[in-house]
Amino acid sequence: MTEIFGVPIQALFGQLMLGLVNGSFYAMLSLGLAVIFGMLNIINFAHGALYMAGAMFTWMGLEYLGVGYWWSLLLAPIGVGIVGILIERLMLQWLYKLDHLYGLLLTFGLALIIEGFFRDLYGVAGQPYSIPEEFAGAFNLGFMMLPKYRAWVIVASLTVCLATWYMIEKTRLGAYLRAATENAQLTQAFGINVPLMVMLTYGFGVGLAGLAGVLAAPATQIGPLMGSNLIIVVFAVVVIGGMGSILGSVITGLGLGIIEGLTKVFWPEASATVVFMIMAVVLMIRPAGLFGREK
Amino acid sequence: MSRSVQVAYLIGLGLLLLAPTFIYPILVMKVLCFALFACAFNLLLGYTGLLSFGHAVFLGSAAYVTGHALKVWEVPTLVGILLGAGASALLGWVIGSLAIRRQGIYFAMITLALAQMMFFFFLQAPFTGGEDGLQGVPRGTLFGVDLADDVNLYYLVVAIFASSFWLIQRTIHSPFGQILKAIRENEPRAISLGYDVAKYKLLAFVLSAGLAGLAGATKTLVFKFATLTDAHWHTSGEVVLMTLLGGMGTVFGPVVGATVIVTLQNELADKVGSLVTVIMGAIFVVCVLAFRRGIVGESIALYQRMIGQKR
Repeated sequence: MTEIFGVPIQALFGQLMLGLVNGSFYAMLSLGLAVIFGMLNIINFAHGALYMAGAMFTWMGLEYLGVGYWWSLLLAPIGVGIVGILIERLMLQWLYKLDHLYGLLLTFGLALIIEGFFRDLYGVAGQPYSIPEEFAGAFNLGFMMLPKYRAWVIVASLTVCLATWYMIEKTRLGAYLRAATENAQLTQAFGINVPLMVMLTYGFGVGLAGLAGVLAAPATQIGPLMGSNLIIVVFAVVVIGGMGSILGSVITGLGLGIIEGLTKVFWPEASATVVFMIMAVVLMIRPAGLFGREK
Repeated sequence: MSRSVQVAYLIGLGLLLLAPTFIYPILVMKVLCFALFACAFNLLLGYTGLLSFGHAVFLGSAAYVTGHALKVWEVPTLVGILLGAGASALLGWVIGSLAIRRQGIYFAMITLALAQMMFFFFLQAPFTGGEDGLQGVPRGTLFGVDLADDVNLYYLVVAIFASSFWLIQRTIHSPFGQILKAIRENEPRAISLGYDVAKYKLLAFVLSAGLAGLAGATKTLVFKFATLTDAHWHTSGEVVLMTLLGGMGTVFGPVVGATVIVTLQNELADKVGSLVTVIMGAIFVVCVLAFRRGIVGESIALYQRMIGQKR
């Protein structure tokens, strides 16, 4: 078998693909965080918990209602988005005038509530979710086997990220959004309903997290703790990339996923910490983040 | 310090000294450890305006270092405690110098991420015992007094707590503490007045980390073990909650908050199981939405309204 640096090429590409899958989740989650932060000036700690809720909704949909994967792909993100809109209307909107840290603290509390709620219902053990039959099996690429579902996750999340980028950078709605991010009062003065946009932005941002959760459901164990471990890595991703640019967050997310995958091959002990180490290095060299600008 | 505050201190100290006669000393010691932890944290959040979201890492590191020193190196108890606190202060210097490169929300995310990195390190490192933790740490003796006896240890813990509390008090009211408050209120202005803000922030961070470490070292002594829970982000969240609930930026707030939370967890643990997390989360939400000054802060505000003072 062919080897690169003493590692079988099959294993190398396998980990690379897994890295890309993880990277797509990082990209989708950090994108959502960046969009929310831009508009609300809040770091949404509940993002991980809502990602978990997306996966849980998917599993519960099949378990109790017989809703399949494809419908979940549509319905679970909407469900999570509605939860988000409720959170924004009932709680977050009262905090915009205060120090940003209160937003972080509130959403941290919400994350605990959501996580604890599902933990109480289902325990900490993971629930299995089978891969939809359309994506069972693998493509044979000659040099490696590519599981179809992994390919789908990468394609789907990249499409969603690019669509989000297009919507924000190229459409009229996106222009309003950018204007409101830059100067909310002035935008309001032009007759645009900024509070409504803020509400929808939060709903959309957490909806992205919910969608990532649905995509993750067949690929991982669905459990109440799946979100909180991920969100801290995503925070590091956000610090590394900076939240200034949308494509920046996507590239950073994917890149770090790949690096993490490679670390699993060459230095397995460090695979859980490599993202944090990179963050430390970036902070020393370029404190504002790779794509960030100091405000 | 006004006379009434002095009296309050003396009453508090007196109650602490008598406490083991009517309350289970281990519980009081646990409360004191977390109260010290929260006071150290409050020095950063309440008085410097820095939200460190990974403070558990300092509690956990010191717990492991002290545990390892006492169990494997068999050093005297006092040396073990100092080693633990020193290790945390050193770690605080490293994490602090990285984190102060960013402000506000980024500062919180960086401290959280670096703390998580250390958590994974503890999970894998050979000396921590991984998931099982470090068990059977001997308490040893101090000046010939056997600390294996809970009541003897209790007075050591009270001494540690009281002296640290005094140190924090002194720091807050020192010129150094005034500059920290200036940084909290208006950082650009503090810079333009010529203060090297980064240096002050770092010093406050190291001090807070060291004191949090002292709390962790003491905790190891009390429970005779150190586990991953001490370094987990849940614990970081708990200390934020204690400070917020008690009243950040108040002297007694963290003590009150720690007492309430530890007691609550103690009471609820067997009754509601994993719903404890939900209750903690709900307290967070309520505090942020409606109770931002915390128990002590709101009480002071109420008192001032009653006597018709306006500040």
